[in-house]
Amino acid sequence: MQLRHLPAALLALATLVLGACGVGGDEGGSGARAINWYAFNEPGGSYDMAVANCNKQAGGRYQINYVKLPNIADQQRELLVRRLAAEDDSIDLASLDVIWTAEFAEAGWILPWEGERRRAATEGKLEGPLATVDYQGKIWAIPHTSNTQLLWYLKDQVDAPPDDFTWDEMIDQSVENGKAVEVQSAQYEGLVVWINALIAGAGGQIVNEQGDVLVDQTARRAAEIESKLANSPAAPPGMSTNREDEARFGFYDGRSDYMVNYPYIYPGAAEVSEELQKNIGWARYPRTDKDKPSRPPLGGFNIAVSAYSKNPDLAFEAAECIARPENQALSAELGGLPPTTESVYDDPKVREVYPFADALRESIDNAGPRPVTPAYSDIALAIQKTYHPPDAVDPDTVVDTLRDRIEKAVNGEIF
Amino acid sequence: MEAATTRAPTAAPPERKRMTERARAERRLAWLLCAPAVIVMLLVTGYPIVYAFILSLQKYDLRFPDDREFVGLSNYGDVLTSSTWWSDLGTTLIITVISVSIELVLGMLIALVMHRAIFGRGPVRAAILIPYGIVTVVAAFAWRYAFDPTSGFVFGLPLVPDDWAPLTTRPGSLFVIIAAEVWKTTPFMALLLLAGLALVPDELQEAAKVDGAGPFQRFFRITLPLMKPAILVALLFRTLDAFRIFDNIFIIQPGGALGTESVSILGYNILINRVNIGLGSAVSILIFICVILIAVLFVKGLGTSTAQQRGET
Repeated sequence: MQLRHLPAALLALATLVLGACGVGGDEGGSGARAINWYAFNEPGGSYDMAVANCNKQAGGRYQINYVKLPNIADQQRELLVRRLAAEDDSIDLASLDVIWTAEFAEAGWILPWEGERRRAATEGKLEGPLATVDYQGKIWAIPHTSNTQLLWYLKDQVDAPPDDFTWDEMIDQSVENGKAVEVQSAQYEGLVVWINALIAGAGGQIVNEQGDVLVDQTARRAAEIESKLANSPAAPPGMSTNREDEARFGFYDGRSDYMVNYPYIYPGAAEVSEELQKNIGWARYPRTDKDKPSRPPLGGFNIAVSAYSKNPDLAFEAAECIARPENQALSAELGGLPPTTESVYDDPKVREVYPFADALRESIDNAGPRPVTPAYSDIALAIQKTYHPPDAVDPDTVVDTLRDRIEKAVNGEIF
Repeated sequence: MEAATTRAPTAAPPERKRMTERARAERRLAWLLCAPAVIVMLLVTGYPIVYAFILSLQKYDLRFPDDREFVGLSNYGDVLTSSTWWSDLGTTLIITVISVSIELVLGMLIALVMHRAIFGRGPVRAAILIPYGIVTVVAAFAWRYAFDPTSGFVFGLPLVPDDWAPLTTRPGSLFVIIAAEVWKTTPFMALLLLAGLALVPDELQEAAKVDGAGPFQRFFRITLPLMKPAILVALLFRTLDAFRIFDNIFIIQPGGALGTESVSILGYNILINRVNIGLGSAVSILIFICVILIAVLFVKGLGTSTAQQRGET
């Protein structure tokens, strides 16, 4: 309104516009040979060391630049998806959670590993992790680190569980002992991991690679176990919001004798006390049905080459270097991340950190993978909504509800 | 400002027909001065809205770029026939109505305190404004940790039962979300109401006092009616804000778990998590339409009385 304000206003506008242009300058290094690797921030420092090793070995041909992503998987995925969908060429390598392969491959965001590269990516790898980089017969990433859940128990409270130990027995025994059973049951990916393991343990599958919805009575069986635990005295406090850490601290505190969780809880226990760590025993994931072997969860990260990379050849080479056995051993030792290469499990240093190395390998070999489908995140949301909150899940209606939601998810409808 | 400029010509009807050279020049200048703002508004709001509308008419998922096609209004049909949309809309309305009502009452009380504060007016106002100055996400984290089932300090307070775990149930979660929302935005409400209070002339209050009106009578018969325009503006702003609630839920009950999903969280899940651009844009446009409906309701339904008011005084 007043003329004397006009210059100031124009100046403000100019800064706004210029500022907007300034954003998005060079992020994460520049130069023709820079390889930007987007991966979660590994707190143990093993990724930094692997990058340093590879850069030294490369002798100046490439320089890997480790761009650290948030530690929450959903946030990593959001960031990568947003950038790759916008064809951002600043990403050369991306660490993908094992469940994202199909989605990224189908969208054309990552390059397949063919010929000699395929051999390099798959050689000496465990079968479980290898299956997670395979989509429609092609290999889309190099397996880097793996993960799985074991059944952890307190040795001074309960006996070593038998091989055919079931969820029902574990819950009943805990009710008798006045203890809780620790699980991951907040509305997030961890719940999907649990439910998928229960369904796989009953011999079921949610969706196959062709996208056919295979929800059947095994989904009901999973709901029965979840509901039984949630409505029993063995339900841990805050069950509907518990994630890995809540479960682990509850277990450390002694409110439960049993817990299913990832192996990072073992080094974590030493931080509480040496005695606690010595008191922790491990066994294979519990069975859904007495007569069927369990199918433990499978996690981990694979490294993929972006389709928009300016130096794909160097990127393949760098990815292969990062995922080498010696660097995997570093990640196992410092970051508590189980290796994907078979031979690394025999590394004495790794066996020292993982006294349960053999149990881990057996668990990874027998794991029941989560659905391999480009619509994975839709399906995961549908599973989360259907099986949450745990104490309100109705086994009688769960099969129909889940099938309906997953069909909608696969067809890109709202649910 | 807008109202003042559009009203100016009508306020002087005789001069409208034969506009002087000067008036015409002034009007041109007014247009010139407004132009940058109008252009910027068109660029930063008009374009995205139109673009979102175009996207909402397509089947478009970033993961299946080849399947992109024009599908007309079918995304809207999908959303409007789903129970998810309606239950989320219900949740959003529950949060909106309850939080805005509480804020109005609390905000009015705080405004009266600020208005009547005899000493330390500056510090009082500053203290009340602090919550509004805190980043919503930070405030939401504070509330979440306060009510955390294992470590929340709230459960150590007297009179609070130790086994109460609000964040593990739907009503409890809604309670915490609404409490966080109220705590955070009541100061904003209070500030707008304070401006309204300043409009009430002291002479009227004095006159009423002389006529023997008690404090309550004066508040309900004089202060409130005169403040009505300010109250309406405050309510409109807060309702529109509360309807689009996102950050508090996103932090306090991640993913809208336990039936706390608002329409904005639904839109986020579809757009950002499922990268289903078509369907997600339809949800966004529907939220936009709801916002317009709320605004129209306030302005048309309640706004006429403001005009009358202005005529009377």
